[in-house]
Amino acid sequence: MSAELIHATAADLAHRLSAGEVSAVEVTQAHLDRIAAVDGDVHAFLHVSEQALDVAAQVDADRAAGDALPELAGVPVAIKDVLCTLDMPSTSGSKILEGWVPPYDATVVARLRAARMVPLGKTNMDEFAMGSSTEFSAYGPTKNPWDLTRIPGGSGGGSAAAVAAFEAPFALGSDTGGSIRQPGAVTGTVGVKPTYGGVSRYGAIALASSLDQVGPVSRTVLDAALLHDAIGGHDPRDATSIPDAWPSMTAAAREGLTGDVLKGLRVGVVTDLDGEGFQPGVRQRFHETLEKLSAAGAEIVEVSAPHFQYAIAAYYLILPAEASSNLAKFDSVRFGMRVDVAGGTVEDVMAATREAGFGPEVKRRIILGTYALSAGYYDAYYGSAQKVRTLIQRDFDACFTQADVLVSPAAPTTAFRFGEKLDDPLAMYLNDVTTIPANLAGVPGMSLPMGLAPEDGLPTGLQIMAPARHDARLYQVGAAVEQLLESDWGGPLWSKAPQLG
Amino acid sequence: MSEITPESVRHLASLARIALTEDEIASLTTELGAIVDAVATVQQVAGDDVPATSHPIPLTGGMRVDEPGTPLTTAEALAGAPDSDGTRFRVTAILGEEQ
Repeated sequence: MSAELIHATAADLAHRLSAGEVSAVEVTQAHLDRIAAVDGDVHAFLHVSEQALDVAAQVDADRAAGDALPELAGVPVAIKDVLCTLDMPSTSGSKILEGWVPPYDATVVARLRAARMVPLGKTNMDEFAMGSSTEFSAYGPTKNPWDLTRIPGGSGGGSAAAVAAFEAPFALGSDTGGSIRQPGAVTGTVGVKPTYGGVSRYGAIALASSLDQVGPVSRTVLDAALLHDAIGGHDPRDATSIPDAWPSMTAAAREGLTGDVLKGLRVGVVTDLDGEGFQPGVRQRFHETLEKLSAAGAEIVEVSAPHFQYAIAAYYLILPAEASSNLAKFDSVRFGMRVDVAGGTVEDVMAATREAGFGPEVKRRIILGTYALSAGYYDAYYGSAQKVRTLIQRDFDACFTQADVLVSPAAPTTAFRFGEKLDDPLAMYLNDVTTIPANLAGVPGMSLPMGLAPEDGLPTGLQIMAPARHDARLYQVGAAVEQLLESDWGGPLWSKAPQLG
Repeated sequence: MSEITPESVRHLASLARIALTEDEIASLTTELGAIVDAVATVQQVAGDDVPATSHPIPLTGGMRVDEPGTPLTTAEALAGAPDSDGTRFRVTAILGEEQ
């Protein structure tokens, strides 16, 4: 029973819970048992909730009493540690926030609770979401469930690994330059970065406020859609939240599973995101996928985005600039760590605290951002980067006149080994070459499994991108692609994952 | 080549209020030099005719209705503080002797 429950999709669990075939306590206990069995090896979680069974029991009691419950009531969910939670520590992977329990819930967390989902715990991440491997977590890295000697991607490696290791059916992530999609690619899971402003950032510990988006992490496209619908939509507490009404992502995914959405679909292949620096097995699976899409009736068109080559450079100016400002709040006064300095002023205490509380990548980016914003350099660096952002948006606009969706590999390589890129920041930054353009332009992107690379047997990911505000198109097309690929594989990719525990 | 020197890293660290060690200053000087050289390519592409984008999805307004809400209580606001007297955050001296 327990093994079967952890392999079920969230959609299936929701159905069986509402039908009374299984209780929320049983489902929650199965996932807690799984966490206890494998998380010593995987280390996806920084904190496991002590309230999960009580929350589940209340759902069961309300259901028994005949209450009308939301669709996902009783389904467990994991939460990236970047999100504020009233009942669990929220550290964003940093020592400077060790043990900090926020006095409020992030809007997305409040919405999970309103949907009566069962928070299982907080997942590991690179410190303040700065990284592509979780190696910059102050609490040690998460391991890739496909190969425990390899990285699970980052920054949201904990959420992706938790879902890939069947410790949760789905999870929340955040994506500033690929932190949902790149972990999805290397762990064989699904991840979606919504349109900027589509999901509230209130209570998400800010990295770069013009880039950050919260989104779903799951094993199927339909499950991601269910979670997206639960957390998305306008939030008056986030001034950048889009006030428009949104269509149902779940309905879009279901249409993709049942309809004939690939026939006549114009699929734009971004030629600038394919070639040098991409692992041969990733390219092979990508081109095989294009052939399958073509055979299913899609029209494959090559599109060019000539300014994408400057995206990483622009990103590593805009992100540090915004991060250096956002992280100024960690001042040893209102929350988090304080390192006392005998006879020192509050500024001495602040500097000593930030020296002790921040890890190497965070310091690197704060100093870089401080430099980029300095008088005399501002126009040359930050100002130029913002112009590149305009050019990248124009590239997207031009591409979307020729194609309904754009596709690329979601990550240039499969999961690399721990330590491989730790001492070379520029090599680490290249992991995000495929995902960063969508953040700079604000458009939505999805990563979904694209098969195992022949040379190492590790997952590869397909990225699908749609115009801003057209997230539903991602779910429609993503669900159709998922079904097309799985029918060829004879089942989901995760059924080929090695046994853990 | 960039103009990143140990002195400039030390100055930036003081602006950012991080008491870096000498070893960190040395390694950051090298790393930041390489990073700044790499990201400087942004200067090659955009001319004066290209406007800057600060925000990916243009929105105007963003104001919410001005009505009383339920703010944090003092105890909630102080709960995560390193030190407080129960009504306010408590810190050490704001000014040093030379100030």
